[in-house]
Amino acid sequence: MAPLIIIYFAWVREGVGRDEEQVERPGPDTTVADLVASLAARGGGYAEALGDSARLRAALDQRFVPLDTAIGDAREVALFPPVTGG
Amino acid sequence: MKRIAIQSDDFDVAGELAALEALGGGGVASFTGIVRGEGGLVALELEHYPAMTQAQVERIVEEALARWPLLGVSIIHRFGRLEPGARIVFVGAASRHRTAALESCAYLIDWLKSHAPFWKKEHFADGATQWVEARAEDEAKAKEWGEERGRE
Repeated sequence: MAPLIIIYFAWVREGVGRDEEQVERPGPDTTVADLVASLAARGGGYAEALGDSARLRAALDQRFVPLDTAIGDAREVALFPPVTGG
Repeated sequence: MKRIAIQSDDFDVAGELAALEALGGGGVASFTGIVRGEGGLVALELEHYPAMTQAQVERIVEEALARWPLLGVSIIHRFGRLEPGARIVFVGAASRHRTAALESCAYLIDWLKSHAPFWKKEHFADGATQWVEARAEDEAKAKEWGEERGRE
């Protein structure tokens, strides 16, 4: 099965020290929040950037989703702070 | 007319307004966002999510078209490094009557602020940098317009 692509933006990107990575695909019932927790458990910049999920927002295949959404068969997960455009 | 541009280049407000004015409506409303040079700010750096931005702005425009009788909508949003005084964003709406043009313009900029995947980083004269925090009042303003209703 295709790996899962994770992309990061803004201070989340700076905290984890990369803008994109691929991980082994978790089970389809795994939520974005579960994924965030497993990434934060790596420690270091990951723990700092992803440790407080209340500060994070997410998109699955380029659509905003709440963090309790199951990843299912999504190809791409994006993790970032609340947006500040306009 | 539906025009959406996500670009690093500056844009010509007069030309954008002229295109909206040529649609035969009775009114055009617009909003131009400018970089404020407060507190020693020397530049704003705008990051976005290229694979998502265009589609997400299109969703916002479709929602406006479903809510108001509009003849045209233009949205231009810049990314990259922008200095104080630079234009960041343009929203324009043309309609037969002023209410739809004014209301949809306000709606579009409120929704762009809280629903378009952009992030701003401030650069200051002393070399310090800081990511702009989302403001609860921006989210509240977008919510005041109610749930999305035009699609899905």
